[in-house]
Amino acid sequence: MPDTLVALYVFVLACFIGYWVIWGVTPALHTPLVALTNAISGIVVVGALLVAGLDGAGSAAEIIGFFAVLLASINVFGGFLVTNRMLAMFKKEKKK
Amino acid sequence: MEISSNTQALAYLVSAILFIFALKGLTHPSSARRGNYYGMAGIALAIGATLMGSEIQSYGFIIAGVAAGAVIGTVVAMRVQMTAMPQLVAALHSFVGMAAVLVAIGTYLNKAAAGQLNAVLMGELSAGIIIGAITFTGSVIAFGKLQGILSGAPVKFKGQHMLNAVLGLITIALGVHFAMTESMSSLLLMTLLAFVIGVTLIIPIGGADMPVIISMLNSYSGWAAAATGFTLGNNLLIIVGAIVGFSGAILSYIMCRAMNRSIINVVFGGFGSSDAGGDSAAAQAVQKGVKSAAVEDAVYWMEDANKVIVIPGYGMAVAQAQHALKEVMELLEEREVEVKFAIHPVAGRMPGHMNVLLAEADIPYDNVLEMDEINPEFATADVALIVGANDVVNPAAKSDPASPIYGMPILEAAKARQVYFLKRSMRPGYSGVDNLLFYQDNTSLVFGDAKDTIEGMVTALKGGGH
Repeated sequence: MPDTLVALYVFVLACFIGYWVIWGVTPALHTPLVALTNAISGIVVVGALLVAGLDGAGSAAEIIGFFAVLLASINVFGGFLVTNRMLAMFKKEKKK
Repeated sequence: MEISSNTQALAYLVSAILFIFALKGLTHPSSARRGNYYGMAGIALAIGATLMGSEIQSYGFIIAGVAAGAVIGTVVAMRVQMTAMPQLVAALHSFVGMAAVLVAIGTYLNKAAAGQLNAVLMGELSAGIIIGAITFTGSVIAFGKLQGILSGAPVKFKGQHMLNAVLGLITIALGVHFAMTESMSSLLLMTLLAFVIGVTLIIPIGGADMPVIISMLNSYSGWAAAATGFTLGNNLLIIVGAIVGFSGAILSYIMCRAMNRSIINVVFGGFGSSDAGGDSAAAQAVQKGVKSAAVEDAVYWMEDANKVIVIPGYGMAVAQAQHALKEVMELLEEREVEVKFAIHPVAGRMPGHMNVLLAEADIPYDNVLEMDEINPEFATADVALIVGANDVVNPAAKSDPASPIYGMPILEAAKARQVYFLKRSMRPGYSGVDNLLFYQDNTSLVFGDAKDTIEGMVTALKGGGH
C-alpha cells in the first residue's frame, strides 16, 4: 500500500475517533475545548521544525520555517496555558 | 542524542494517544485539568521526538522561534480577559492557518531543492496552502469583528455567493495546474486567491453568529493541520488534524441546532445585527404595553422565593455583571433561596462562553445547568432573572410559526411565576424579532445597565432583610 493511502486510512479512522470523543465533551466546557483543540493543532509546529532545522544555511526556507515555528509556538504555549487558566476556575460548590 | 525514525514514530503514537486522553478529560470539569496536562505532555513529547530525529540539523532558528513564541504565548495567555476569549481564540486560529501556509511553502522549497517533487506531493501542498490561507484571513476577519475593529454587521452584496464559488473553483484549478506543471505563478496566484476567499467567506456572516464562526474556523484549523500531515507524511499531524477538524465541525453543528438553522443558512444567511433604535427605552415600553419595575420590586420577589433561575446572555458579559451576580447568589442563598443558572448553547460569542464567565466569578459549576437539564425546572421557579439574554427566551420560537426564530429551542423562562428582564433598552435581540415574553402578565422589565442593576440588588439585599 502506498504511503498516501496509509495516510488516508489513518485520517479516516482518526475522524471517527474525533467524532466519538468530542460528543462526550460536556457543553459546559466547550470554550476550553476550543482553546485546547487550538493548542493541540499547534502540532503543526512539528512541520515547522522540519522546515526551520533542515541544514542551517540560512536559506529562504529556514526564514519561513522560523516564522512558522514562532506562530505555532505561540499557539502551543498560549493555548495550553489559557486552557489551564480557564479550567482552574471551574469549581465545585464548597461544602457548608 | 539521535533517535531512529521508528522510535520517533512510536513517540508520535504515544503523543496522539495523550491528545485523545486530553480531550476525553473534558468530559467533566473534575477531570479536565488532568486532561490538559496530558495534552501538554503530548505536545512536549512530539516536539522532543522531532528535535531528536535525524532530519533536524540546525537548531538556531528553532530555538529562537520557540523561545519567542513561548514568551508571547505565555504573556497573552496570562493577561487575556475572560470576556475576550473569543478574540484570543480567533487570533490563535489565524496563527495555525498561517503556520500551515508557511510550512507548506517551506516544504516546497526544500523538496524542490532536493529534487523530490511529485504531483501527489504538490497536490497535498496546494490543499495545505488553500485551507491554511482561508483559515488565516477568515480568522483575522473574525478577530476584527469580535474586537470591534470591523463592524459586526454582515457585509452582503449581489452575486456574492457566485463570486465565492467562482473564486473557489479558480483556486482549485490553479492548485491542480501547479501540481501538474510545477508552475510557480499558479502557486502564488492560488495562495493569493485563497487568502481572498477567507475574507469573502466570513464577511457575510453576522457578528451575532460568532459562536458558529469560531467553531467553523476551529474546524478549518484542524483540517489545515491534517493537510500539513499529508504533505509531510506525518501521521501524528493527520490524527490531530482530523480530531480537531471534527471537534470544530461538531461544535458548529451543535450551535446551528441550537438556533434551528442549517449551517448553509448561517454561512450564507447573515442575520442582521443592526443597531437601530434603542433610545428612551422606558417610553417605548409604556407605548408597547410593557411593565417596567424598580430594582426593589425584583429584590422583593427574589428574597421570598424558593427558587430563582438566572439566565445570562452576552449582555452580562458586556456589562461585566457576573461578579455582582455571584454576590446576589450568595445573599439569596443565605436566605435559603435556591439559585441556579440556565445556559443556552448559543449564549455569548463562542460555545460555552457563559460557563467560563460564571466560573471566573466563582460560581460553582453544579449550579450552572444546560438547557435540557434546566427547562423542566422553570415551572417550579418563583423568579426567572434574565440578564442580557433575549432571543433564547422568546416564546415566539414555540408559538409563532411566522417568526424567523420559530423552531429554535428556548429556555422556558416564561413558565416561571415572575419574570424579570434586565435590559438597557427595548431593542430586540440580534434576530431582530420582538420578544413576546415582554408582554406577558408576569413579566417586568428593569431598565438600566445590567451591572448597575445587579449591584443595586446587592445593596437592597444587604440593607433590607427580614
